[in-house]
Amino acid sequence: MSEKSQPRMDIVLGLILFVGMPVALYMALIGAPTEKTMGDLQRIFYFHVPAAITGLTAFALNFVASLMYLLRKNRWWDSLALGSAELGILFFGMVLITGPIWAKPVWLVWWTWSPRLTASFILCLLYAAYLLIRKSFEDPDRKAVIAAVFGVIAFIDAPLVWFSIRWWRDIHPSPMLETGGLAPSMRPALGICVAAFLILFLYLLRRRFYLETMRNKVEWMMRRIDEV
Amino acid sequence: MYKIWAIFRKDLIIEFRTKDSLTSMLFFGIVVLVIFNFALGSLHETIRSAVPGVLWVAFTFSGTLGLNRLFAAEKENGCLQGLLMIPADRGAIYLGKMLASFIFMLIAEAVIFIIGLVLFNLTVWAEIPYLLLVFVIGTLGFSAVGTLLSAIAVNTRLREVLLPLMLFPVILPILISAVEATDIILNAADYRALKLPLTIMTAFTILFGTISCLLFERVLEE
Repeated sequence: MSEKSQPRMDIVLGLILFVGMPVALYMALIGAPTEKTMGDLQRIFYFHVPAAITGLTAFALNFVASLMYLLRKNRWWDSLALGSAELGILFFGMVLITGPIWAKPVWLVWWTWSPRLTASFILCLLYAAYLLIRKSFEDPDRKAVIAAVFGVIAFIDAPLVWFSIRWWRDIHPSPMLETGGLAPSMRPALGICVAAFLILFLYLLRRRFYLETMRNKVEWMMRRIDEV
Repeated sequence: MYKIWAIFRKDLIIEFRTKDSLTSMLFFGIVVLVIFNFALGSLHETIRSAVPGVLWVAFTFSGTLGLNRLFAAEKENGCLQGLLMIPADRGAIYLGKMLASFIFMLIAEAVIFIIGLVLFNLTVWAEIPYLLLVFVIGTLGFSAVGTLLSAIAVNTRLREVLLPLMLFPVILPILISAVEATDIILNAADYRALKLPLTIMTAFTILFGTISCLLFERVLEE
């Protein structure tokens, strides 16, 4: 991501989002057929699932970036890891908010400790800890190294959390994309929503990355001034 | 191997002379048991099913206290640099420290467990070998991650506050499996169900032991 192409690419992405988000909203709220038993309630699915997919993508990206930082020691990767962790929490926050809203009328409880819910919640806690670690270091290089170490640990820990609770009784609907249980008429809406969320993620990630790069540069300049 | 032993022995000698962390670990663990006794006061009939959770919470809390002290002595006396300068692989430092925290935790756990048995009126003679196995593997996994995170926390502004915030979400697989395994031993007749939690705990321990050993070098670099 060179600095010159940054604004131009962002404008393009912004325009796509400007058109794409209303389309996704329309498809989710009006375009998609109403579900037979749950009615309009099911429409929250078009936000819940894309947010979950995007959040997982963000955490996976954080893992890759953390690993690359440990190997290459390049701040580029650190900024990418930071941006993806923050956005991962943002999108998973959406998952954890839309989930209970749906669950209250359908399951009659806001929350239950089913494997999928537990694992999502713990994933959020892990990355919240990741951001806390970043806050508690002064030296930017130390901060980047330690954060990368924890990023690697957190991502490896996630599947273990999953395996340790997998055999609990799960009332969460199994992913319909895997089982192919989603009605064909609902697929376009879901596809567009997933695409819109991923583009939104890419856009926000680029902005966050740009901001972090500038912050690093300012920090570097300040230190140079101090030295002089 | 000798170097690992040397670091381990050093920590052990310091601990047995000062008894700093062991006393606080023990006392804190017992206090946790007492608090649980009051928190679960009305459940005396079903206490046996609550004991696994209570025990592991006490172990975890007292273990965290021990981990907080693991690098504290070096930090306070400015000996961290000295430790880093010894002609040994960083992995050896990690393993020595891990071994030390593992032994301290096991000692604390043994005492907390016995006091727990008395306080909650449990008789478990036949189950002790199985319980020992679960405690050993669980504690090994706990100190495998804990040693690495303790080395991270000791260099931060927040120190003691940061460690549990990092540690607890990460060790959840161990904690869940350990509580499950302890519950099976205490409350179920069929021990075959032990296989799954024990497998997860072992996998966790090996995986995080290896990763921590590899990453420890990066963490201590200054």
